[in-house]
Amino acid sequence: MNREEIRVVILALLKSIAPETSPQNLKPHASIRKTLDIDSFDFLQFIIALDKNFGIQTPEADYDQLQDMEGVLTYIERSLIGKHT
Amino acid sequence: MIEFRMPSLGADMEDGTLTAWRVNVGDFVKSGDIIAEIDTQKGLIEIEFFEEGIVDQLLLKVGEKVKVGTAIATFKNESTLEKSVKKAEPTRSEITKASEENPIQEKKDARIRISPLAKIIAHENKINLEEIKGTGEGGIITKEDVEKLIKTGDTEKESVKKASTESIRMAVAAAMSKSNREIPQYYLTTTIDMDKAIHWLSETNAKRAIQDRILTVVLFIKAVALALKKVPELNAIWENGLILKNEIHIGFVVSLRSGGLMIPAVHDADKKNLSEIMSSLNDLIERARMHKLKSSELTDSTISITAIGDGGAEQVFGIIYPPQVAIIGFGSITEKPFAENGMLDVRSTVNVTLTGDHRATDGHTGSRFLNELKNLLQKPENL
Repeated sequence: MNREEIRVVILALLKSIAPETSPQNLKPHASIRKTLDIDSFDFLQFIIALDKNFGIQTPEADYDQLQDMEGVLTYIERSLIGKHT
Repeated sequence: MIEFRMPSLGADMEDGTLTAWRVNVGDFVKSGDIIAEIDTQKGLIEIEFFEEGIVDQLLLKVGEKVKVGTAIATFKNESTLEKSVKKAEPTRSEITKASEENPIQEKKDARIRISPLAKIIAHENKINLEEIKGTGEGGIITKEDVEKLIKTGDTEKESVKKASTESIRMAVAAAMSKSNREIPQYYLTTTIDMDKAIHWLSETNAKRAIQDRILTVVLFIKAVALALKKVPELNAIWENGLILKNEIHIGFVVSLRSGGLMIPAVHDADKKNLSEIMSSLNDLIERARMHKLKSSELTDSTISITAIGDGGAEQVFGIIYPPQVAIIGFGSITEKPFAENGMLDVRSTVNVTLTGDHRATDGHTGSRFLNELKNLLQKPENL
């Protein structure tokens, strides 16, 4: 799965959590939670969905790395590499 | 005979429209069963029945709108049934006969001519066979008749739209205006050190699978429930006087993405462990956002909590949701300089406010409550 394919999945997940927003307009380093007005409950649902869709396990200590689109993409890429090695 | 009336699902509700009966005449209904769906300003609400009885009459037709307090159904309760049985000391054969005549739906269904496949489909879709007009030979109900009704039913359901943003806004407006008009409210605030609680929660969550992790707000809910056991005066409603409540049902303010809010209750929060409260929240928040709450969840809260969440305002002064007598507001958790025992440190803190009904309690009571809450949050392992 390349970075663009990962991005498509992330955008779809964000859209399902915040349907009235436009996640595709998120700037790479803009806060996902603030921009899309996602509360802690929905953020947890987002991470659960990431884990399920990409088959990874995200510890709570890593949540800080998932604050913007760039961070999420990098984190998922690394996790997928870790999974296959 | 029990008369069931259109319930009030909040201080703001004036009327409701029946969108579906979930029981049929003759059905036995026990406490907690859902008997109907009502369309209100807050969306479709499942209406529960809190007694036992047999449905005698359904007085309202689907689509009818009536004022709160209007009788919508009648039930035969146990005492009525016992009386009618004891009256003539019937013989066994009479009892058998009576039970045969008892208008239980299954018996009625047996008299209705229906094809076996149609019966299975109708049963799976919980359709009252009496509602179906048979078009088969000799008036027999066919599979097509049932499917036609399901299709029509679905169309009707789709047309019952979710409560609009505007109607929810109006419901919130009505409840908050009533609160401000009728309740003399007092406000208290305190800052609570959250270092220990957050540290403990991180350690706990590190051992849990992601779907079992607990949010900080769960600690707030449990701590409020336990503090109320020490200061029960705030776990109450005001209806021509203070009525203390034994059960602790915590109304949790859920913001809707489309605007407005719902306050479903986490029932018996004092008796639930943290995982159970988290499960309740998962369920309630999801259903609140889908506008799929039960009547009891919207009506029997004994106090409310509003929590701003990460990155939001540091302080929130809630407005009491009548007839409750208090609301607790939690601001976002922020790092602050914190002095303790003559030492200055940087700690994660939360600002907590209490809005109290001054007819029901005084600031002294509120202050005792906040102190209890502060102490409880310093020992998260005991929550």
